[in-house]
Amino acid sequence: MRDVAIVAFGQSGTRRTSAEVSEVEMLMPVLHQVLGAVGLRAGEIDFTCSGSSDYLAGRAFSFTMALDGVGAWPPIAESHVEMDGAWALYEAWVKLLTGEADTALVYSYGKSSPGDLPEVLTRQLDPYYVAPLWPDSVSLAALQAQALIDAGDTDERALAEVAARGRNAAADNRHAQVTRSAPPGALLDAPYLVRPLRRHDCPPIGDGAAAVVLAAGDTARRLCARPAWIRGMDHRIEPHGLGVRDLTRSPSTRLAATRAGAFEAPVDLAELHAPFTSQEIILRRELELDDGVRLNPSGGAPAANPMMAAGLIRLGEAAAALHRGDADRALAHATSGPCLQQNLVAVLEGEAR
Amino acid sequence: MSKEPVAVVGIGQTKHTAARRDVSIAGLVREAAVRALEDAELTWADIDAVVIGKAPDFFEGVMMPELYLADALGAVGKPMLRVHTAGSVGGSTALVAANLVAARVHRTVLTLAFEKQSESNAMWGLSLPVPFQQPLLAGAGGFFAPHVRAYMRRTGAPPAIGALVAYKDRRNALLNPYAHLHEQDLTLEKVQSSPMLWDPIRYSETCPSSDGACAMVLTDRTGASRAPRPPAWMHGGAMRSEPTLFAGKDCVSPRAGRDCAADVYRQAGITDPRREIDAIEMYVPFSWYEPMWLENLGFAAEGEGWKLTESGVTEIGGDLPVNPSGGVLSTNPIGASGMLRFAEAALQVRGRAGEHQVEGVRTALGHAYGGGSQFFAMWVVGAAPPST
Repeated sequence: MRDVAIVAFGQSGTRRTSAEVSEVEMLMPVLHQVLGAVGLRAGEIDFTCSGSSDYLAGRAFSFTMALDGVGAWPPIAESHVEMDGAWALYEAWVKLLTGEADTALVYSYGKSSPGDLPEVLTRQLDPYYVAPLWPDSVSLAALQAQALIDAGDTDERALAEVAARGRNAAADNRHAQVTRSAPPGALLDAPYLVRPLRRHDCPPIGDGAAAVVLAAGDTARRLCARPAWIRGMDHRIEPHGLGVRDLTRSPSTRLAATRAGAFEAPVDLAELHAPFTSQEIILRRELELDDGVRLNPSGGAPAANPMMAAGLIRLGEAAAALHRGDADRALAHATSGPCLQQNLVAVLEGEAR
Repeated sequence: MSKEPVAVVGIGQTKHTAARRDVSIAGLVREAAVRALEDAELTWADIDAVVIGKAPDFFEGVMMPELYLADALGAVGKPMLRVHTAGSVGGSTALVAANLVAARVHRTVLTLAFEKQSESNAMWGLSLPVPFQQPLLAGAGGFFAPHVRAYMRRTGAPPAIGALVAYKDRRNALLNPYAHLHEQDLTLEKVQSSPMLWDPIRYSETCPSSDGACAMVLTDRTGASRAPRPPAWMHGGAMRSEPTLFAGKDCVSPRAGRDCAADVYRQAGITDPRREIDAIEMYVPFSWYEPMWLENLGFAAEGEGWKLTESGVTEIGGDLPVNPSGGVLSTNPIGASGMLRFAEAALQVRGRAGEHQVEGVRTALGHAYGGGSQFFAMWVVGAAPPST
């Protein structure tokens, strides 16, 4: 397998509203940031791939506006997934593995603020049997959390600890939307949002964008002092019907991690995309992450969860830690769909120092 | 490191109609997927990954429908990718799937594209609201008609050319049992006297709005060696994009299309496409796009494309048949239309196109475009495996 690395990462701040900027205006500074980091112009990149959602943008072909901003002239080799940017990164990684490209620009963005996100996400559900009932994303996550509590795998206090740890970890993360938390015990005084979930168990709703640059082999070494080499990456999907899944488990995460080589050696850092606190409990168990692993030093989804970008940010944060020398082997995870339906796992490594 | 050669060993498509009320969205995609598996004599267990594509989610009113379709497409426990690159998406989706095999990430991949346009009104779905687009552009026809007029003015093409293309493609569709439009009584006069929709594009020179899906099974050399029927081999594939509108854009012959064609010809070792390519399935949603793309893709010199059409070269018995399947003018489930072009090109080199088979096709081009003539996806397939 060809050596491919993440050589640059950038992100916008995640904000509850960004009415003053369009998607393109939100994205452009991030693109300039990552291209500037590697000293390349958009036209010098071999392949470009993005992730975004028309349903969030409220118009068909919304990604074309972003492409106009990228400046696809002269014409560029380019593709787009209607998925979180983590999967755009996956497509670009495969493109580099074929040898047809040496560099790739990957970006994604989402503005949830114009709509009611939990209601919008009901449109992801089976359109015949489930979507007509409009079950919102918080209610579905509450079913999952309750199943986990009923199984004896967690309790509301442990969930509050997940939220508090994430938001306190984000205290130094200037891109985060929600930082610092009251102590877990105090969080439990808040009323339920949808039992057993309280507000702190749910991710903040925010607008944001992220971008990375990928490069292969010696090109990566030239563009980055310590490239974050992608040692393995895989993604898997589960059944859509919640009734046929064991919501306390995430077999797709486990399988993707196995295929990505996550269990071949211990990791020292993990960035998990767990929008709801109970999902972090599930993911940690499937990924066998013990207390020795630094978990979500960025704060993770409890601190910022921009739709379509939050998964790519997990890969970017893990890569940035390797770039800085803060870690040597990191796991990054992204999720999509209701109750962790689809999951991606990447294993990143820095070369020995 | 050399790429793994990619073979098409299974192709399936639905019967396309204005409204497939007999099936759900899941039923529609499964119909195409099952036919592709049957063609390859494979089962769901033989598929390592699924790559699905479609145009805007608003067409069915389902956000990221691949999540809901995972079960119907046997994707549970497997990787599933969802591509969306506007009208070119069916082609792009096939190319993303092909890369998984070429990079040796997977051995055998199911790729599928669909649209169930009867769930909404595609014309208005394509008419962007203010402030994204100036008002009074009703549907894609309103967007592309000025480009057609520019082509006519630039080349001096006689006004009758468009009707010739429409008449040819609709006649070809009579040979294709899956095609949406089967207009047994159509005459050239009827095409020429059909209502004017967007001058100069008449009703009969316009693609229909269809429900339909198309699927292909792509595999490596080992998979191809076990295939029960002749595979189509991929000799080149490429995507190119350019901005929607900008000063200096050539809307008649976009550079992204020319660059994309040049890339696939280079990969396939083709230096004279007019001589070396035996059949073309190109994305012609409005009749005039046949001569326009013939020039853009290098089959005719600039200003000469319409002469190929006029002289019958592009007819099914001609020297360079274009859209023997009936093309987009006869069947247009938008998200699937690009993959149908890729799949029909593959059917031609496999000799499995049925009544619309062109004799002796060894090399064929599949072409898709989308957006404001800005997204292009193409592949060249051959009856023989690639030499390198």
